[in-house]
Amino acid sequence: MTDTNVSFVRHEQIPPSPPPPSQSGAIKWARENLFSNWINSVLTVLALYFIIRLVMGATPWFINGVWDADSIRECRDILTAAGKETGACFAVLVDRWDHLLFGFKYPQDAYWRPTLAFILLIAAAMPALFYMYVPRKFLLGTAAYPFLAYWLIWGGSLWVPIVVAAAIIATGLVFRLVESLNVSTRTLLAGAVGILAAIGLAYLLFLGAQELRFIAGSIGSEGLRIIPFLLFWAASIFTYVFFIPMGIFVGYAIYDDAERGGLVTVVTALLAIYVMLVYLLGPVSSGLNAVIPLELQAVPSRDMGGYMLSLILGTVCVSLSIPLGILLALGRQSNMPLIKGVCVVFIEFIRGVPLITLLFVANVMLAYFMPPQSNFDLILRVIIMITMFSSAYIAEVIRGGLAALPKGQYEAADSLGLNYTQATRLIILPQALKISIPGIVNVAVGLFKDTTLVSVISMFDIVGMIRGPIQQSTDWISIYWEVYLFAALVFFIVCYGISQYSQWLERQLATDHR
Amino acid sequence: MAEAAQMKVSDEVAITIQNMNKWYGTFHVLRDIDLTVYRGERIVICGPSGSGKSTLIRCINALEEHQAGSIEVDGTLLSSDLKNIDKIRSEVGMCFQHFNLFPHLTILENCTLAPIWVRKIPKKEAEETAMHFLEKVKIPDQAGKYPGQLSGGQQQRVAIARSLCMRPRIMLFDEPTSALDPEMIKEVLDTMIELAEEGMTMLCVTHEMGFARQVANRVIFMDAGQIVEQNEPEAFFNNPQSDRTKLFLSQILGH
Repeated sequence: MTDTNVSFVRHEQIPPSPPPPSQSGAIKWARENLFSNWINSVLTVLALYFIIRLVMGATPWFINGVWDADSIRECRDILTAAGKETGACFAVLVDRWDHLLFGFKYPQDAYWRPTLAFILLIAAAMPALFYMYVPRKFLLGTAAYPFLAYWLIWGGSLWVPIVVAAAIIATGLVFRLVESLNVSTRTLLAGAVGILAAIGLAYLLFLGAQELRFIAGSIGSEGLRIIPFLLFWAASIFTYVFFIPMGIFVGYAIYDDAERGGLVTVVTALLAIYVMLVYLLGPVSSGLNAVIPLELQAVPSRDMGGYMLSLILGTVCVSLSIPLGILLALGRQSNMPLIKGVCVVFIEFIRGVPLITLLFVANVMLAYFMPPQSNFDLILRVIIMITMFSSAYIAEVIRGGLAALPKGQYEAADSLGLNYTQATRLIILPQALKISIPGIVNVAVGLFKDTTLVSVISMFDIVGMIRGPIQQSTDWISIYWEVYLFAALVFFIVCYGISQYSQWLERQLATDHR
Repeated sequence: MAEAAQMKVSDEVAITIQNMNKWYGTFHVLRDIDLTVYRGERIVICGPSGSGKSTLIRCINALEEHQAGSIEVDGTLLSSDLKNIDKIRSEVGMCFQHFNLFPHLTILENCTLAPIWVRKIPKKEAEETAMHFLEKVKIPDQAGKYPGQLSGGQQQRVAIARSLCMRPRIMLFDEPTSALDPEMIKEVLDTMIELAEEGMTMLCVTHEMGFARQVANRVIFMDAGQIVEQNEPEAFFNNPQSDRTKLFLSQILGH
C-alpha cells in the first residue's frame, strides 16, 4: 500500500443488485420466525403438537355431525347406531334456523320482510362505505333506507315513515328559510319563538315537578324512605320555583341572539319538527292511509328476536353513536363552559357505569319514571341506552384524534379565513377521524357484540334465543357447543368484515406518505 | 438587486398598531408596541428567540389575542367580533415555519379550498387561479400530489401559493425558512423576493439577513417584547444604535 492519496471522485453510479439468495424465500422466513433460537424451536414444536391434537380431536366431531334429527335424543341415537363415539348435533341449527334468525314470535309468513330489509341494507350501505367510488346521488338511497327498513320490519302503514321523512325534510327547509331571513324579520320571529319556548320549557319543567312529586308519593315516607321522599319533594319544589325564570331566561336568550341567528334557527326548526310529529303525524298518515292503503301486518317490538334483533341494534346504534360521538368530542373541546361541562359530565358519567345497568334502567326504571299511560317502545329504549353508552366511548376516541392533530392545522385553517364550521368539517374532522378509525372500529365491534347483553333483560336476540327457547325446550335440552359455535360464527363474520373494511379504508386514506 | 429595496412605498396605511400589549398569563410578552405599516412596505422583524416577534405578527391576524391597545388592519379594527376577525384573516395571508399544509388534500385542493369556501368562487375559476399561482412558485406539475410527497422547499412554496390564492393585500411570514435545508432556502427566498418586487405588503420574521438587506425597506429589531430599534436596512446593519442590537448583529453575523 503505497498509495496514500485520499482524494477520490466517482464517475459512475453503482447499479442496484438483488440481495443474496439466503436472504429470501420460505426457508429464511422459517429460520427467522420459527427456529431463530432453541427456545423458539421448542415453542414451535410444542405449538405444532397442540394444533395437531386440537384438529384431530375436533375433526371427527365435525365430520360425524348429524344434520337431520328432531331432538337431541334422536340425534344421539343416530350417532350410537352408526357406532360413532363423538359427533355434533347440527340438526338443531336446521330445526331452529328460523328462530335463530328471526326469534320465535315473528310471524312466519313475514320472514321475507326482514330478509329483504337485510339485502337492502347491504345495498344502502355501499354508497356510504365506498363513497369514493359511488356517485354522491346514491346517498339519497342510503338516507331513505331507514324509513323503508322500519316499514318492512315493523310493518303497519307505509305512510307513517313517509310522513316522518317529509317532516324531517320540511324541518330542513324551515331551517334554511329562517337562516335566509333579514335581521328585522328574524328578530320578530325570535321574539315569537322566544315566548313559545319560554312557555314550553316552563310547561315541561312543570310536568317534571309533578312527576317528582308523584315519585315521592309512591315511595312513601316510612322508615329510611324519608330521605329520598324529602329529596324528591325538595327537587319538586325547586322545579316549581324556578320554571318561570328559567323559561323567561331561555326565551330572552333566543330573542337576544336574533342578530347572529344560530339559536333562533335551531329552536324554530326543533319547534317545527315537534309540532309536525306530535300533531300532524297521526292524522295525516292515517288520512293518507284511508285514501291509498299501503299496509303490512304490524309486528310489535316484543316479537323481534334472533340474529335480526342483534343486527337491528348493532346497525342502528353504530350509525347513531358515531355522529353523536363526534358532537360530544367537539363539545368537550369547546370554549363555551356550558357546552363543555355538559359533554364532560355526560361522557364521564356514562363511561363510569356498566352497560348492563343502563340496560336495566332502560327495561325497568325508565318505565317507572314515565307517566303510567305512556308506552315507550322497549327496543327504542334499549337503542337509546346503547347509543349513549357507545357514543361516550367514541367521543373519547375521537378526542384522541383531535388531540393528535398539530396546532398548525387549526392555525392554517384560521389564517385562511375559514370559520369554525368550515375548519372543523373540511380540515379538522377528516384528519381526526382518519386517525381515529382503529379506535372507532374497536368500539363499534365491541358494541355489536355487547348487543347480546339484551338477552339479560329478557329480549330474545340470538343469545337470548339459545339460552331461552332452545336450551330450555324438551327437544334440545342442554345443547351447547353447536348453537354457541353458530352464534360465534355469525358474529365473527360481521366483526371480521368490519375490521377488514376499516383496514382497507385506512389504506385508502393514507395520503400523508410518512 | 437594490431595486427591490428602492421600490416606492405609498402613503396609504395598511396596518396600524397602537400601544398594544399582550400577556401569557402573568408573563408580559408584548409591551407597548406601536407600529405603522404603509402599503407596499417590506418589513423584516428580527431578534433573539423569545423576543415576541412571532407573537407580534400572529396578533395581526388574531391567531393570538392581544389584551390592550388597538390593531387596525386595512381599515378594519381588530376586536373580539368574529366577523371582523374573519374579514381580516381573509385579507391577510400567512406562511408558517412548518408550512401547515393540509396533508389529506392534494396541492391543488389545498390552494382552492379557501377561495371556494370563504370567497365563494366557482370551483373551476378557483382551480385556474390556483394553477396560476402554482406556476408562479414554479411547481404546477405537482398539483395532483399530496403535501407529504413534496420536499420542504416545495411545500413552503405551495403554502405561499395557497395564501396568494386568497388574493391577500398583506402577507405575513413567520420564519418561513427556519425548517428548511440550506439548498431549499434559496428557492423559497426567491419566491418571496419576486412577491416583494410586485409590491406586496410583507411582514417577515426571519433570520435571513441577506434577504433583509436585499428586499426590506425597514428592519425592526425586537428584544424582551419591545421594539428596540428600527431603521432602513443599510443603516440598521452598518450603523446600529443600541447596544443590544450591536450585540445581536455581532452574534449572528460573526461567522
